[in-house]
Amino acid sequence: MLSAGFALAGGCARHGDGAGADGRPLQVLRIGNGAEPQDLDPEAITGVPELNIILSLFDSLVGADPHDLHPIPGLAESWDISNDRLVYTFHLRSNLHWSDGNPITAGEFVKSYQRTLTPAFASEVSYKLWCVVGAEDYNHGMLTDFSKVGFKALDDRTLQVTLRQRIPFLLKILATDDVWDPLPVKVLARYGPLDRKDTGWTKAGRLVGSGAFMLKEWTPDQKIVVVRNPYYWDAARVKLDAIEFYPVVDASTEERMFRTGQLDITSQLPSTKIDVYKREHPEELRLEPYLGVYFYRCNVTRPPLNDARIRRALALAVDRERLVGDVVKGGEQPAYAVSYPNDGGYTPRARLTGGVAEARRLLAEAGFPGGKGMPPIELLYNTFKEHQDIGEAIQAMWLENLGVRVTLRNEDWKVYLDSQHTHNFQLERAGWIADYMDPHVFLEIWVTANGNNDTLWSDPEYDRLLRSSLDADTEEARYEIYQKLDSILVEECPVIPIYYYTSFYTVNPRVQGWWPTLLNIHPYKFVHLDRT
Amino acid sequence: MFRFIGYRLLQAIPVMLIIITGTFFMQRFVPGGPFTAEKAVTPEVLRNLNAYYHLDDPLWKQYRDYLWDLCPKAFHPGALTQGLDLKQAFGIDFRPSFKYPNRTVNEIIADKLPVSLELGFYSLLIALAVGLPLGVLAAVRRNTWIDYLCSSLAMTGICVPTFVLGPILVLLLAIHAGWFNASGWYSPIDRILPSLTLGSVYAAYIARLSRGGLLEIMSQDFIRTARAKGATETRVIFKHALRGGLLPVVSFLGPAIAGILTGSFVIETIFQIPGLGREFVNSAFNRDYTLVLGTVILYAALIVGMNLVVDVVQVWLNPKLKFE
Repeated sequence: MLSAGFALAGGCARHGDGAGADGRPLQVLRIGNGAEPQDLDPEAITGVPELNIILSLFDSLVGADPHDLHPIPGLAESWDISNDRLVYTFHLRSNLHWSDGNPITAGEFVKSYQRTLTPAFASEVSYKLWCVVGAEDYNHGMLTDFSKVGFKALDDRTLQVTLRQRIPFLLKILATDDVWDPLPVKVLARYGPLDRKDTGWTKAGRLVGSGAFMLKEWTPDQKIVVVRNPYYWDAARVKLDAIEFYPVVDASTEERMFRTGQLDITSQLPSTKIDVYKREHPEELRLEPYLGVYFYRCNVTRPPLNDARIRRALALAVDRERLVGDVVKGGEQPAYAVSYPNDGGYTPRARLTGGVAEARRLLAEAGFPGGKGMPPIELLYNTFKEHQDIGEAIQAMWLENLGVRVTLRNEDWKVYLDSQHTHNFQLERAGWIADYMDPHVFLEIWVTANGNNDTLWSDPEYDRLLRSSLDADTEEARYEIYQKLDSILVEECPVIPIYYYTSFYTVNPRVQGWWPTLLNIHPYKFVHLDRT
Repeated sequence: MFRFIGYRLLQAIPVMLIIITGTFFMQRFVPGGPFTAEKAVTPEVLRNLNAYYHLDDPLWKQYRDYLWDLCPKAFHPGALTQGLDLKQAFGIDFRPSFKYPNRTVNEIIADKLPVSLELGFYSLLIALAVGLPLGVLAAVRRNTWIDYLCSSLAMTGICVPTFVLGPILVLLLAIHAGWFNASGWYSPIDRILPSLTLGSVYAAYIARLSRGGLLEIMSQDFIRTARAKGATETRVIFKHALRGGLLPVVSFLGPAIAGILTGSFVIETIFQIPGLGREFVNSAFNRDYTLVLGTVILYAALIVGMNLVVDVVQVWLNPKLKFE
C-alpha cells in the first residue's frame, strides 16, 4: 500500500502531492538541501546537507525537543548516570526495530562505535567519541582489544558508556550528533567489510536505518526521497508520508524553485532578497538565530598582532552595528564577545567596551599613536563576495578610526584552509558553527594545542579553567567559569568577534511544526503540512 | 584516409599521456588536499585517511598504479548498452571519488555524462537550426535590413551571458507564465529552458561564422563562373557556396561539441541539472584527485576525437585539402 502511494508521489515533480491508497492526500515535504550529500553513512560524513537527511533516516539514543533541542528520550527510554558522572547506562526501548523489521540491540551500538574507531576505516568524525575510555587509543591503533574501550552492551537492551573525563553536556551532544547513531552492522556486512567506506550499503534499496523515515530513492544531484518507516518505534507520531530533499547549491535557483512551488522549504535565501520578502511575503521569510560566530582570527606569533593591546584595539575599532546594518544585512547580531548569547541558558557578560577612544589609547600605549609607524596588516579571506565586502568595510573602519592600514588577500577555499592550518597568515576571517548546544563548544577551541586553535594563542590559566569547568558540580557553577573564560578572550583578543550568525531562508506557511532552533535542526517526526 | 586516421590516433597516445601526467602532478602541488577541512582533522586521523586512499605511497608509485588502472584490460563494448561504465566495458578504472566515498568516478561519469550528452545534443540542434539559417540569410542579403537584423540578433546572443539569459527565461516562462519548472531535470519538459539557453549562445556564434565564411566564398571566382553559366541563386548558394562557406563553422564545432557535451557549469548550476560540467569544476575546488583526472581525461579524449572528425570533414568539404 505504501509503495503504491509513493510511486505516485515520486512522479509528481510539480505541484500536488497525489493521494494515498485510502484517498487521503499524501503529506510530502519538499526541502531544498544545499550540496549533494557526500554519503549517507553517519560515520563517514561531516556536512550539514548530509546531516539533514540522516536526521530522517537514523534515530539517536537521545532525541531532541523540536522547540529548543533539549535532550528528550530517543532510542533510549531512560538513562542512569553514576555518582561520579563517568558512567552512563542507557535503557533501550523494548519496541526498537530497524527499517527492515529486525530488532535493534545494544550490541549493535557497540559494533557501530567500534567501526567508527577502527583506524583502517579512517573516519573523519571518530574524534567525537574520544571522550570515552580507551576510544582515542583504539582509534590510533595503540589499543587493539575493543573490549577495553568504554562501550559495553550489558544485555540486548542496556548500553553502558564509560567516559574518561566528565562531560556535563554529554546528553546535549547525544541529542544532536549523529556519530552516536547505531548502524545495522549485519546489513552492512552483507555488502562488504565493515571498515570500508565504498561498499555501497547506503544506496537506495540497501540502506537500513532506525529513523522515522527510510530511503526510497537517491538520484544524485536530483533528489533524495525518504518515506515513512512502518517499523519506527514512534511511528504513530509521524504525520509526513515522505520527504523529498533537493540538492540545490545556488541560492537564486533555490529561491526560484520556491516561487514556482517546487520547494516548501529552502536552505538559504540570497541576502539581496531579504528585503523583498520582508515587504511582500513576510509570512514566508525566516530570519532565525543560528549558533555560530563570524570572527577574525589573529596569528599571535606574528608582529604586530603578538601584542594583545593591538589586537584589542583592532577589536574595539570595528563598528559592528553599522556592519550588520549596512553590509551583511541578514538580521545578524553584532558580537562583542566570543560565546553566543542565550545558548543553553548562557549569555556572556564580558563585552568589548570602550569604543574607539579606548582603542586609540591602547594603540598609542603599544607604541603606534595614530597608527604611525605601524606596518600594514594583511587580512586573509576565502574568495567570496560577502567576505570581501566585510573585509573592505573593516579595512576602512580601521584606517579611519586608528590610522592602521590593512591589505586584503583572498584565496580559494582549500588554499585558504591550508594557509590557516599552516599558520601562514596574520589576520584571517573565520567562522565557527556549533555542533551541539552548549557554550563549551565555542570556548574549548582556544585551549593550548587544540587542533583548531590556529591563533597559536596560549594561556595556562585559560586551559586550567576550561579543564576545571568539566568537574563543576552544577551548571550554574560551570557557567560561572565560562564567564571568566569569556572575559579572558575579550581581554586578550586572540580572535576578534564580529557578528553572530542567523539562518535566513523561506518556508511555505502550510508547513507546521518547523520551529526555529539554534542549530537549525528540525526533527521531522513533529512536522506536518496544513491542508486548509 | 584510414592511414591518416590511424596515424592521428597514434599521435593521440602521447598527447593523452602528457595531459594525464601534467594533471596528476599539478594537482598534487596545489596547497590543500581532499581532507583539508575547516574543522581540522587530527594528524592521526589524517594518517588513517592517507592509508585508506594509498596517499601514503611514494608519488611515483601512485602515478604508476593509477596509469595501470587506466590501461584498458578488457573489450566488451556490448556492456555499454547497460550503462556508460568504462570499467565493465574496457576495464578502465578511474577509482573511487574522494569527495563521494561511496561512489567511483566511473559511476559518476556513467550517471552524469548521458545527461550532459542529452543537453548538449538538444542545444546543438537548436544552435544549428537557428544559427545556420540566420547566417546564410544575412550573407545572402548582405547590407540589407535582413542582414542587420540577423547580425544584431547574433551579436546579442554572443553578448548576453547564459547566467543572464537563463534566469530571465525562468522568470518569464516558469515563474510568471507557469509553463515550466524553475529548474530540475525530472520530466521531458525540463529539457526545454536549459537547451534554449545553452543553444542560443552557440547559435549566435554559428550565425556569425557562417555569415563570414559564406561572404568570403561568394566573392570568389568559381561563384562568378557558376553565375555566368546561368545557375540559379539557390543553386549557387546551396550547391557551390555553402560547402566552402561552412568551413569556419566546422572548425569551430569540433572543440565546441567537446565542450558542449561535457556539460556547462553555469547552465547546470542555474537549472540544477545533474550533468558532468559541475563535477568538472567542483572536483578541482574539492581537490577530488580522481574525479579531476577522470573528467580531464574524458574531456581531453573528446577534444582529440572531435578534432580528428573535424579534420576529416574539412577534407571532405574543401577540395583543396588532402589526407596527408
